[in-house]
Amino acid sequence: MKFKEILVRYGELSTKGRNKKDFINRLRDNVRYSFNDIMPLKIRAERDRMFIEIENDEKLNVLMDRLPHVFGIQSFSPVASCGKDLDEMKALALDILEDYRDAGDITFKVEVHRTDKTFPLNTHELQREMGATILPQFSNFTVQVKKPDVTLRVEVREDAIYMMAQVIQGAGGMPVGSNGKSLLMLSGGIDSPVAGYLMMKRGVRIDAIHFFSPPYTSDNALQKVKELANGLTKFGANVRLHVIPFTELQVAVKDNVPDNMSMTSTRRMMMKVADKVREEVGALGIVTGESLGQVASQTLESLTAINDVTSTPILRPLISADKLDIIKIAMEIGTYETSIQPFEDCCTVFTPASPKTKPRLDKVQHFESFTQFDELIERAVKNRETYIFPQKEVKEDKFTDLL
Amino acid sequence: MIYLDNSATTKPHKEVLATFMQVNELYYANPASIHRAGVEANTLLAKAREQIAQLLNTEANHVLFTAGGTESNNFAFYGVAKKGNFRGKHIITTEIEHPSILEAAKRLQSEGYEIDYLKPDKNGVISLDELQKKLRKETILVSIMHVNNEMGAIQPIEEAATIIHENSRAMFHVDAIQSFGKLPITFKDEAGPDILSLSGHKIHALKGSGVLAFRKKPMIEPFLVGGGQEFGLRSGTVAVPQAVAFAKAARLAIEALPVQLEKYKKWSTNLHEYFAQFGSEIFVLSPKNGAAHILSFSVRGLKGEILINAMQKRNIIISTSSACSSKQTKTSHVVEALNVDGQFKNGVLRLSFGAFTTNEEIEEFKEAFTAVMKELKGDNER
Repeated sequence: MKFKEILVRYGELSTKGRNKKDFINRLRDNVRYSFNDIMPLKIRAERDRMFIEIENDEKLNVLMDRLPHVFGIQSFSPVASCGKDLDEMKALALDILEDYRDAGDITFKVEVHRTDKTFPLNTHELQREMGATILPQFSNFTVQVKKPDVTLRVEVREDAIYMMAQVIQGAGGMPVGSNGKSLLMLSGGIDSPVAGYLMMKRGVRIDAIHFFSPPYTSDNALQKVKELANGLTKFGANVRLHVIPFTELQVAVKDNVPDNMSMTSTRRMMMKVADKVREEVGALGIVTGESLGQVASQTLESLTAINDVTSTPILRPLISADKLDIIKIAMEIGTYETSIQPFEDCCTVFTPASPKTKPRLDKVQHFESFTQFDELIERAVKNRETYIFPQKEVKEDKFTDLL
Repeated sequence: MIYLDNSATTKPHKEVLATFMQVNELYYANPASIHRAGVEANTLLAKAREQIAQLLNTEANHVLFTAGGTESNNFAFYGVAKKGNFRGKHIITTEIEHPSILEAAKRLQSEGYEIDYLKPDKNGVISLDELQKKLRKETILVSIMHVNNEMGAIQPIEEAATIIHENSRAMFHVDAIQSFGKLPITFKDEAGPDILSLSGHKIHALKGSGVLAFRKKPMIEPFLVGGGQEFGLRSGTVAVPQAVAFAKAARLAIEALPVQLEKYKKWSTNLHEYFAQFGSEIFVLSPKNGAAHILSFSVRGLKGEILINAMQKRNIIISTSSACSSKQTKTSHVVEALNVDGQFKNGVLRLSFGAFTTNEEIEEFKEAFTAVMKELKGDNER
C-alpha cells in the first residue's frame, strides 16, 4: 500500500481569526463522525491542514469515497511516504505516477518542498533529479511549470519523504455545527432536502421535522422522508427527524376553515408546531424549501400570512432558485431519486381546488379563531416520534436468504 | 443420468428454485405498484439488481433484466444500431457468433447497415489486426462473443476493447452468455467491454431470465415500449422471481468460480489426453487454451447423431455442437468458419460441464465412450 495518510486542506475556515480552533475541532469531530463505521481513525489536526492516517486499502477507499461530501474541506490528497533515500524516492514517484500512464497526453511538473535542510540535495537538485528519472519513463508526459495537469509534490520532512500527485476537490463550505442548529421542514419533495443541504453547507446543524397524516399518507411516504433524512447525514453530521402526528390538526383545519384558505391555515399550523419543536430542541431557526412563486403557498402574500405565527428566523435558501436548478442540486446530492417517489404527503392530501394565492391575514386569523387549535398543537408536539440518523444499517434479513 | 450438455442449458440449483418459489409466494406484487406489497417487491428487485451490478463492477441502474440471452443479444444489437445510426451505420462482428447476433446482423444489413465479419483462425480466435483495420469513424458497434458456444474458443476481449476504444467511438458489446460464471468477465474501469449479455439458464438459474448490462449509462433504443419499466428501456412488468433467481445464481456462480475453473481445467486436460489415444480417428475442435468447460470433438466418418444415441443408451447425455441449431441438417456456421476437414464436419459433438458435473461422471463417460467406439468402429481400427 503506497498511501499512508490523507492530507486535508481546510475550506473557508482558514480566514476565521480567533474561532479557527473551534472550526478545526468541529471538522475533526465531523470527520470522525462521518467515518464512524471504520473507526478507529488517527486524525492529526494542525493549524493549516489535517492528516488522517490510513492503515489499509479498505479504509482508503471509504475515505476517498466519502470525504468529498464532508463540508469544511477545500481539497484533500492521498499522501505516500518513504525513507530519505534517493532510490526509494524515485521508485515511489514512479509507483504513484503509474496511475497516469494511460491517461493520454499530460503536462507535468515536480514540486519540491524541503523542510529538512540537512537533506543532501537542495530543492533544485532534487527537482531535476526526480524529473530526469520520471520523464523518460512516461512517453505521455511533457513538462509544464505553469498550470500542469499533474504536479508531483515531494516534501522532505524531518521524519520521512512525503509525496502526492492527486488533489481532490472537497465539498467546501463550513463544518456542520459551526453555525448553530436549525429545524428543517422536510416534506418529502425535491426542495426541502436541497434546502437542508445548503444550510448544512453553511455549517448549520439540522434537525428535521415531518408532518405525518395517516391514513391519508402512507408508511411509504414516511419511509421516503426517513431515507431523505438519512441521506443528509453524509455531509458530515447526524440528523434527528421529528415525526409529527398531524392528521387531527389537518382534519380540524379542513372542517373549520373555508376551503380556499385551508391551505394557508394548514401551513400556519405546521409553522406553529415547528416553532414549538424548534424551541424544545434548542434550534435557532426554521429552514424551509420554499421558492418564491412555485406554488400558491409560496407567494409573498402567503408567506406573510404563514410567517405571522412566529418571530423565529425562517431561513429559505431556495427562495430565488429556479426549479431546474433545485433539481440539479438534488441530483448531485443524491436525494432526487428518493424525492420523486410518488407518494402522497401531508401537503397534497387535502389540497383545495383553488387555494388563495393572496390570502388576507386578518381573514385567516378570523376563521381560525373559532377553533381551539392550541390544544391540538400541544398534543401533536408532545406525541412526536424522534428518529436519529444515520441509523445502524438494519440489513433486510428476509431478503438476504433469497439472494 | 450423466448430463454433459451444460452449454445448452443447466439444471437449476435447488437454492435458486427455492428462491424462485418463495419470491412467487411472498413477493408477487407488481414492483411498480405503490402499495406496501409493491414497494416490497420493488425493494427486493432493487437488491437483486444491485447484487448483479456489484458482481459485474457497474452501477445498479446500468443493469436491465431481459427474458434471456437471445433477447439480450438482439437488444444490444438493434438498440445500439438504432440509437447510434446518426454517427454511422457500420458494425463489426465475427463469423462465429451465436445466431441471435448473426440473424440480427442480417436484418440490419437489409436495412442499410454495413456489417463486417471477422474470420477466426483454426483455433477459432479472431485477429486483432484485422479488427483494428476494419474499425472506422462510422463504426458504431463491435460485437464479439467471449466464449464460443460450439467449441469454446476464448476471444481476447481486453485487447479488443483497448483497440476499439483507442481507434473508434464504437460501443463494444460482448456476448458473455457462455463465459459468465465460467471465466472471469466484468466491466473494467477504463478498458473492457461496454455492454454484456448474460443468460440465466446457463448458470443454473431459470430459462426465461437474462441480463443486459452496461458499463456506463445505457445508450440504447428500446424496442419494447409501454409502461416505462427498466428505466424506460424495456417496458413490461418485471419478472421479479426470475430476476431474483438470476441474482442468486449469479452470486453462487461467481463464488464457486475459482474452484469450478480448476475442475474444468483438470477434466479438459484429462479428456484431451484421452481423445489423443484414438489418434487420427478423433479430431478435437476445441483448442487446448480454450474455455475448459466446453470440449468439442468429432469422430472420423461418423455422424454425430449416431454417437449421441449410442451414448444415450448408456445413460450419458452429450450433444451436437449447438443445441440451438441441432435440428438443422446443414453443417454449423462455426464448423464451416473453422474449415474443418470434410470427414469430421458432420459429426461434431460437444461435452459441456456445469456445477453438478463430478470426477466420477467424467470417468464413466470415458469408459462408456471407449465401449461405444469399440462397438461402432471395431477393435482393429484402433
